[in-house]
Amino acid sequence: MSDAKKFLYVNRKAPYGTIYALESLEVVLIGAAFEQDVALAFLDDGVYQLFKGQETADLGMKNFSPTYKALGDYDVNKIYVEKESLDARGLTVDDLLPLTYEDEDDDWAEKSSIHVVSASELANIMDQSDVVLSF
Amino acid sequence: MTQLHTVNKSPLDRNALESAVMHATKGSAILMIEDGIYGAMKGTAKSDVVAGAMGEISFYVLGPDLKARGIDESKIIDGIKVVDYKGFVDLVAEHDATQSWL
Repeated sequence: MSDAKKFLYVNRKAPYGTIYALESLEVVLIGAAFEQDVALAFLDDGVYQLFKGQETADLGMKNFSPTYKALGDYDVNKIYVEKESLDARGLTVDDLLPLTYEDEDDDWAEKSSIHVVSASELANIMDQSDVVLSF
Repeated sequence: MTQLHTVNKSPLDRNALESAVMHATKGSAILMIEDGIYGAMKGTAKSDVVAGAMGEISFYVLGPDLKARGIDESKIIDGIKVVDYKGFVDLVAEHDATQSWL
């Protein structure tokens, strides 16, 4: 196969109220199996998907937030979170799940998969992607 | 005649909450459910929508939807009452009609 394509999954919706957040995550996991260059972007209400402490027992819905923690094991470690979206919601990166991966090129050192970026940095990331899937 | 207004989308995603606040008469109630619960949080760009109308309208937020999204009650604007599903039913029964803002 020729050069891997750069896939970007854009997440802009809050979890649980609609199915977009869960669907997006499931497509990422399926796509990761095909060894392409995968990155995730969380902006606007999408940043709420990574919020810590989700407990869904009273809602009768499955809490799928633990699945984000598995992304590192699937070599998905480029998770971009937009700063302006966090600011508009009064949030910081400390409100989010601590997503990490083990860097095989650095003695398996555990590193953060989350990169907080500005809107203009994210615009460039979007621009450089070969395939953009939006949810 | 007072109505119960329900809002199920985030104010940072749709203008349903703002529109509901604009159209709710004095003494009526607004209940935030599903993704609408984000409208109850302090410190967001839209927190003033609820905070500003607090004197005129009774605000409620559905507890199970807060918990599902990991939001602790300490992050809620002062004056909003947290209700459970039973409380939701009580609110509907107490009001003359219910209007859903989607």
